[in-house]
Amino acid sequence: MPTSTLESDITKIELKDRPVEKSPIQLAMSRFGHNRLAIAALILLAFLIVISVAAPLLAPYNPIKRNIADRLHAPSLQYILGTDALGRDSLSRIIYGGRVSLWVGLASVVLSLVLGVPLGLIAGYLGGLLDGAIMRVMDLILAFPGIIFAIWLVSMIGPGVNQVILANALFSLPEYSRVIRGSVLTIKDADYVSASRALGCNSFQVMWRHIFPNVLAPIIVISSLSISGAILAGASLSFLGLGAQPPTPEWGAMLADGRPYIRTAWWLALFPGIMLTLVVLASNIAGDGLRDALDPRASTKRA
Amino acid sequence: MLTYILRRLFISIFLVLALIAVVFFMLRTVVPGDPALVLAGENAPPEVIEQIRHNQGLDKPVIVQFLYFLRNLSHGDLGRSSMTRELVTQRLVEAMPITLTLTGLCFVYTMLLGILIGVITAYWHDTWLDNLIRVLTVTGASMPTFWFGLMLILIFAVGFGILPVQGGLSVRGMILPTICLGTGSAAYLARLVRAAMLEVLNSDYVRTARAKGVRELGVVLKHALRNALIPILTVAGFQIGGLLGGAVITESIFGLPGMGTLSINAIHNRDYSLIQGTVLFIVVIYLFVNLLVDISYAYVDPRIRYN
Repeated sequence: MPTSTLESDITKIELKDRPVEKSPIQLAMSRFGHNRLAIAALILLAFLIVISVAAPLLAPYNPIKRNIADRLHAPSLQYILGTDALGRDSLSRIIYGGRVSLWVGLASVVLSLVLGVPLGLIAGYLGGLLDGAIMRVMDLILAFPGIIFAIWLVSMIGPGVNQVILANALFSLPEYSRVIRGSVLTIKDADYVSASRALGCNSFQVMWRHIFPNVLAPIIVISSLSISGAILAGASLSFLGLGAQPPTPEWGAMLADGRPYIRTAWWLALFPGIMLTLVVLASNIAGDGLRDALDPRASTKRA
Repeated sequence: MLTYILRRLFISIFLVLALIAVVFFMLRTVVPGDPALVLAGENAPPEVIEQIRHNQGLDKPVIVQFLYFLRNLSHGDLGRSSMTRELVTQRLVEAMPITLTLTGLCFVYTMLLGILIGVITAYWHDTWLDNLIRVLTVTGASMPTFWFGLMLILIFAVGFGILPVQGGLSVRGMILPTICLGTGSAAYLARLVRAAMLEVLNSDYVRTARAKGVRELGVVLKHALRNALIPILTVAGFQIGGLLGGAVITESIFGLPGMGTLSINAIHNRDYSLIQGTVLFIVVIYLFVNLLVDISYAYVDPRIRYN
């Protein structure tokens, strides 16, 4: 009978596509696992992290030891990526330089989360005057174009890697708090929130136990996407002399040091930039992959 | 429309006043050290320091100092540089043409290149050309501006020797800085143009135009691009602000004596009144540009006014 085969077909498809066994996290992970480019980017990032951590074992020379006799040495077998104006080995400095960049990227995002998540939760859930006050302060930060905010802040608290991390975190605060606030607003009237309030949870408990876990997806997306921006901003500030201070090896600062010798020592302007581009590219692609895997639209389609 | 402009103007003025207050008080409270001592110099005798403190009103409460600052500001006086003793406003006016020229040139370059590449990649979408340009733009977006600038210098100034290493207010001196700063935002704009064009190229009126026998170039430029352009223009407007911020870095790569270089030097010299003046000046220009963009957007798209 043609009708019965049609019915059996329908049942089969329904059974096969039932997603109930997989949690949202498992689904996201399997989606991410199918994104080959994102996996490659993640492997590259892991590789760079390993190199930075193992820098003392891998670097052929001491990255801050001067050797004026061998200054501005072109790439050779002895110095694979050449030496800088103070005779320091570029390869060793590049290997160590990843530490600063990766640390700035990671620490900026963590600090943004520590500051931005509570602000976004409070602004979204409590609303009212507090919400208005928080959002107006965010407007003030947004009034600074790009790196000007960091420049202004560093001018007051002095140059340095920690100051750059603080500047990055504060500058991305409006984005974090706005995104989180928006997500909170969409779920704060959900039944489970009202139910938890009816059961006697105070505001803090509602925000932390019931709202926060349900806005995790946008939080993860925004943090993964902002790592590359933080690394770039950190390197830019170091290039301007406001971040990592000499003799700390840092890619942006190395490029700034190489700038005066660009006519003769091309290697000083080339290699740190390649590393920086690779790190930023890898974190961009991995971040995009994570966003696609956690895409809120995909999860609503499922529900 | 007038109510909308007035409301936006009011918000901007309020924001500028709030920013002036924040910048002023932060500088007075966060920065360590005695401003009178900085003004007088390291080895000045105590009487001189006291004299300066009195003359500058630094012995008064901070709130009174702020009122003095506002009064001077209304006369266009942002104080004097503690390094060179020149008026801050004079330094700013000297540096401004460089930064504004650079930003303006970059804007034109961004628009031309972004729209051109966007239209090409949309028209020949999913071909090898589109894919190649996509790879280039994604890589380009990850490239730090300052490294891109160094590579431009290495290739065109050091390698071919056709353009100067040092930038300047001349045609040849502005080419590399413009490419350096503008290419990133052009790539960003190209992506938006491509998406908008793809949508429009599939629309009924484009099909109708083709069916009527309009030439292909006419279809793309007159029927498609014109309709795709409105949302693009607003984004492009807001990019001016990003270019203004990026100009700081570009100036320092090419040694251009603009406001960016001025502020960086001021930081290295701990010249606080100069830093304060530069930051306020750049922020006010930025807010002003955004205000103009908002108003022009509301003019183009009436729905915005009633939001």
